[in-house]
Amino acid sequence: MTAAMPGFRLVTPRSLAEALAARAADPLARFLAGGTDLLPAMARGLVEPETLIDIGMIAELAGIAVDGDRLRIGAATTLARLQADALVARHAPVLASAAATVAGPQHRTAATVGGNLCLDTRCVFYNQSQWWRRANGFCLKREGTVCHVAPTGTRCHAAFSGDLAPAAMVLDASVEIAGPGGRRIAKLCELYRDDGAAPLCLGDEELLVALHVPAASGWIADYAKSRVRGAIDFPLAGVAVALRRSGDTLAGLRVALTGTGSRPFRLAGTDAEIGHGVDDAALERLDKLVQKQVSPMRSTMTPAHYRRRVAAALTRRLVRRLFAEAAQPPMRGGGATAPQSEMKP
Amino acid sequence: MKSILRLVLNGRTREDAVSDRSTLLDYLRAVAGLTGTKQGCDGGECGACTVLLDDAPVLACLTLARRCEGKRVETIEGLAPGGRLSRLQRAFHERLGTQCGFCTPGMIMASEALLRRNRNPSDAAIRDALSGNLCRCTGYVKIIESVKTSAAAEP
Repeated sequence: MTAAMPGFRLVTPRSLAEALAARAADPLARFLAGGTDLLPAMARGLVEPETLIDIGMIAELAGIAVDGDRLRIGAATTLARLQADALVARHAPVLASAAATVAGPQHRTAATVGGNLCLDTRCVFYNQSQWWRRANGFCLKREGTVCHVAPTGTRCHAAFSGDLAPAAMVLDASVEIAGPGGRRIAKLCELYRDDGAAPLCLGDEELLVALHVPAASGWIADYAKSRVRGAIDFPLAGVAVALRRSGDTLAGLRVALTGTGSRPFRLAGTDAEIGHGVDDAALERLDKLVQKQVSPMRSTMTPAHYRRRVAAALTRRLVRRLFAEAAQPPMRGGGATAPQSEMKP
Repeated sequence: MKSILRLVLNGRTREDAVSDRSTLLDYLRAVAGLTGTKQGCDGGECGACTVLLDDAPVLACLTLARRCEGKRVETIEGLAPGGRLSRLQRAFHERLGTQCGFCTPGMIMASEALLRRNRNPSDAAIRDALSGNLCRCTGYVKIIESVKTSAAAEP
């Protein structure tokens, strides 16, 4: 894929205000965090910023802390730190499990929470070199007019492939966003829209500052993903499940999916399972629910129907396993699926 | 635009003029003349360019040189001062963990990062630490054996 990195100017603001000012001053600037997604995209001519604003030195974006009844994770926190952090292990271990599945260890040293949540969508017709895309007549997401995945349609079907988003969604997480007008908090689900060409509901001059995870007493959660190879790979389908068990029945069930469409999303209709046990019939109902709501397209090397079935199978397995584990006494030291405790500062 | 980059490379402080667009890989190979770090895919997919940045493994092809300001960078050359191989390098040699050798510097630096954190890693920990590195000839069995041999030889 080798191509010379295009020219750009690198600026390194020390505060959030400076970073936002730099962005407002240059419409062609991009924020640079870990760079593991943006720099390869630049080398392939997919994005051509004139200025990169390095947000790695801004104190407000760093750190993980308990803040009242929630965990606040700075957007510039690296995935390696998320994997190893004691507060995350105690209050939101599913985030560490999901982080551990992202790419390889070298990527996770650099890659950040904010970057993974704001990951650009991917497609076999898009993540290619400039000469490859030109030979194919370009595509709707970049320089072209046709989506090769669905040529008769009018939208881009590139798939969102971040692993943290579904894990954070089943924890009912929110994001803190800073912009020229000040700060706002939005539910993580509201950060995304179903358009591969513009997948984020984030203004040009806005920046994700932190992820907020509310206390989730009694819930256990985990994340599973399917991919072509066991590491350095994006999900064909990724599923996060959080559930609460009361006796022999479900007291709460949340499922979120990634990799199967242009946005990660919370599965609708899982509340219907509350009050039921997890038997074959319940798993069959969940399987149908997933297969109905996912919308994989031909944007990866594998056929869409495979990803649909894999998403449903991963959901069934996770729900079955977590429901069984929820009946067990808590694991000592809090493993990846240990019940999440109340937050105490 | 070029500016002065100051860092500690293999234990020595250096100052060089580098452009904003230079990656750490460009800097190591073209400016510092350290060609032990290999350019494989140049897109963050193969691990051949793995170096240590403040003891953590990173991909030099995905790291802008200027972001290494004030940090410690270590390459394969830094493991063998005066040409004397480290225990880990000797283990790769003795256990045939290297064949064509192209992925080897990256494999060794990723393993070095692991062994600094964990002097007695399990097979699973070794596999996880090397999961970002591809080898296209010898396969992974001998490489994992090499890392185990080096760990076992720790005094």
